[in-house]
Amino acid sequence: MKLKLATAALSALMAAGPALADLVIPDLSYRTGPYAAGGIPFSDGYNDYFTLLNERDGGIGGVPIRMVECETGYNTEKGVECYESTKGEGALVYQPLSTGITYQLIPKVTADDIPLHTMGYGRTSAKNGDVFSHTFNYPANYWDGASGAVNYLLEENGGDLSGKKIALVYHNSAYGKEPIRTLEELSKKHGFELVALPVDHPGQEQKSQWLQIRRDRPDYVLMWGWGVMNQVAVQEAANIRFPMENFIGIWWSGSENDVLPAGEAANGYKALTFHNVGTDFPVFDDLQTHVVDAGKAAGAGDQVGTVLYNRGLYAAVLAAEAIKKAQEISGNAEITPAEMRTGMEALEMTEAKMAELGLPNFGPTFSVSCENHGGDALVGVTQWDAANKTWTLISDFKQTDGEVIGALIDEDSAAYAAENNIEGRC
Amino acid sequence: MFYREAGDFKTSYTDDSQTFPIKFDRYRYYVVLAVAFGIIPFIINDYWANALLLPFLIYAIAAIGLNILVGYCGQVSLGTGGFMAVGAYACYKLMTSFPDVSMFIHVILAGGITAIVGVLFGLPSLRIKGFYLAVATLAAQFFLVWLFNRVPWFYNYSASGQINAPERDVFGIIITGPNAPAWATYMFCLIFLAFSALIARNLTRGTTGRTWMAIRDMDIAAEIIGVNPLKAKMSAFAVSSFFIGIAGALFFAVYLGAVEVGEVFGIQKSFLVLFMIIIGGLGSIFGSFAGAAFLVLLPVVLKVVGVDVLGWPTDIVAHLQLVIVGALIIMFLILEPHGLAQLWRVAKEKLRLWPFPH
Repeated sequence: MKLKLATAALSALMAAGPALADLVIPDLSYRTGPYAAGGIPFSDGYNDYFTLLNERDGGIGGVPIRMVECETGYNTEKGVECYESTKGEGALVYQPLSTGITYQLIPKVTADDIPLHTMGYGRTSAKNGDVFSHTFNYPANYWDGASGAVNYLLEENGGDLSGKKIALVYHNSAYGKEPIRTLEELSKKHGFELVALPVDHPGQEQKSQWLQIRRDRPDYVLMWGWGVMNQVAVQEAANIRFPMENFIGIWWSGSENDVLPAGEAANGYKALTFHNVGTDFPVFDDLQTHVVDAGKAAGAGDQVGTVLYNRGLYAAVLAAEAIKKAQEISGNAEITPAEMRTGMEALEMTEAKMAELGLPNFGPTFSVSCENHGGDALVGVTQWDAANKTWTLISDFKQTDGEVIGALIDEDSAAYAAENNIEGRC
Repeated sequence: MFYREAGDFKTSYTDDSQTFPIKFDRYRYYVVLAVAFGIIPFIINDYWANALLLPFLIYAIAAIGLNILVGYCGQVSLGTGGFMAVGAYACYKLMTSFPDVSMFIHVILAGGITAIVGVLFGLPSLRIKGFYLAVATLAAQFFLVWLFNRVPWFYNYSASGQINAPERDVFGIIITGPNAPAWATYMFCLIFLAFSALIARNLTRGTTGRTWMAIRDMDIAAEIIGVNPLKAKMSAFAVSSFFIGIAGALFFAVYLGAVEVGEVFGIQKSFLVLFMIIIGGLGSIFGSFAGAAFLVLLPVVLKVVGVDVLGWPTDIVAHLQLVIVGALIIMFLILEPHGLAQLWRVAKEKLRLWPFPH
């Protein structure tokens, strides 16, 4: 019976499925579940920018964009279902916003010839385009994040971290474990001591970790958290009176959701970033007129200008620029996923281009190539001002330690290539 | 009319004790097998395989496994997720250590390893019962997940702690990895499900199954009539874990391809499989199938209807899905506490009398 129902529903869907010529962008979002607070603004930003392009410019290159949203709930099984149900519609690029789903999709997209853009998350060694042909993680990855944080601390300490103690509080999953290797290498190089403290999903229970921090008294605490774990960590840090300016989160631990619950106590908390914050950019005026005021904003429309909204917007900007590039290279306006991949590989973001899009100094400049799918690894630092409830960029986008990271990327991607019999293609 | 024993004469004991004594039932079973093995593989596509059929087949194996332990032997277990993880990691270690060996052997060996682990964690069941045993198996769940997260040997020292299924084949046909054709993965799981169901069905109506049920119904009485509780309970844990291990290995290697233990084999998985057998029917092989189908297909159907047909926002549909599935579970448990299998039994009983119910 249920099978029959499903068949009926599916055949109805297939009959009704439009065969229109448009650019299909799937949005594997999560507006429900324990990580929804992060998923909603990102998805809103991602959707709104494409809506803006449709409303203001009539799409990209004259072809309208069609968004297909699919709820994953940050769950890998649902992510697979979403991928399978959307890929047949001619999806151009996937942006799952989940490291778990990314690991699932890396082999699948390669087999199906669809590009995957994991902006600032996913598998770090995918930066090596020689091995990971269809996965892109520009403009920055976790290991850049780890190195960026250490570089920032080096700057703070006059270039010397020897004898310092740095604790890493991380989500005990593939995502949270990513920076450990880099930080271990960096601790050898710069002579600081690293203490790794795992927090289990979903992260509400962190008393023992912070007790240990209170006892060990590390000079700095780094955090790789997501969802509710961030808020709890900031609150716990405030409870043990850990100095907030010595507490640095990765970019997934640096949104309004994470610091607002702790109120005044969160003042001075820092987070890494690879894009700018706030609404002080010309493109937000267009968004206001064409999308928000027109009542076409995604979700509740109340997220405009938050950190994660801006990140979703930035992801959409990069996707749109890659589509333009692909149209330019292939010569036809209705590109295929394979042409989209070529476009992403030839993407070049310059300051002039960002200014033209109405986003001056919004993100770092970078270029993508066959060997380098990860951009130029520029990472900045933001700080929370609890009184004004705003994030500000306190350290501009700076180069990370390419020497240490490059060696690790080569090692990890070579292991993947050997495991899966992949030959270099560049 | 046609659904009855009348006229269907049995001339031997074997005939008399077969699984489907009614001719109509028997033919229906052959038709289902013929469709599953002979027709679906030719029309299947990626979406049907990966979104519906593979999870259904694999969860059905896990549900059969858990049903043996909970439904037939009466030992409550909340460690299903952990045991599935054992199967998955055993399969991964075998796949990467012996790349040339057929996947069939890897999956069966993974089941065997899980059976050993299951027996180890089943030992407390000799001393404790009911809720206390549930807590002991819950400990197994958390311990196993912690172990696979903690010891890098299990995930071959990869940077992220994830395990990825490399490409492996059976007789030259690729079964795992992204290039595996939909029909091959489907057939691979179907063969395991068919054999699991066959073995489980025959075990449960033989001596072994009777000793399990005796223990379930009243362990002291069973001991007095000569059932060895050690043997009965340990064999139930072993057989149950064997199937659950196979399900875990297939879940990782064939269905998902990449697994992060805390997310995929967490406590939710244990509850999900337990719900499947409660909704499907405790102590019934058919119930395991029905429960797995119910909990795998219903969310997808609701999603297709809500998002693709009605065009509602995805978050509202996702919330509604929780509400509807929850409401249906409560409704089923109130209207038919013995699950879908009992509904099916009642329907059959009615069919037999139809059209003259008196």
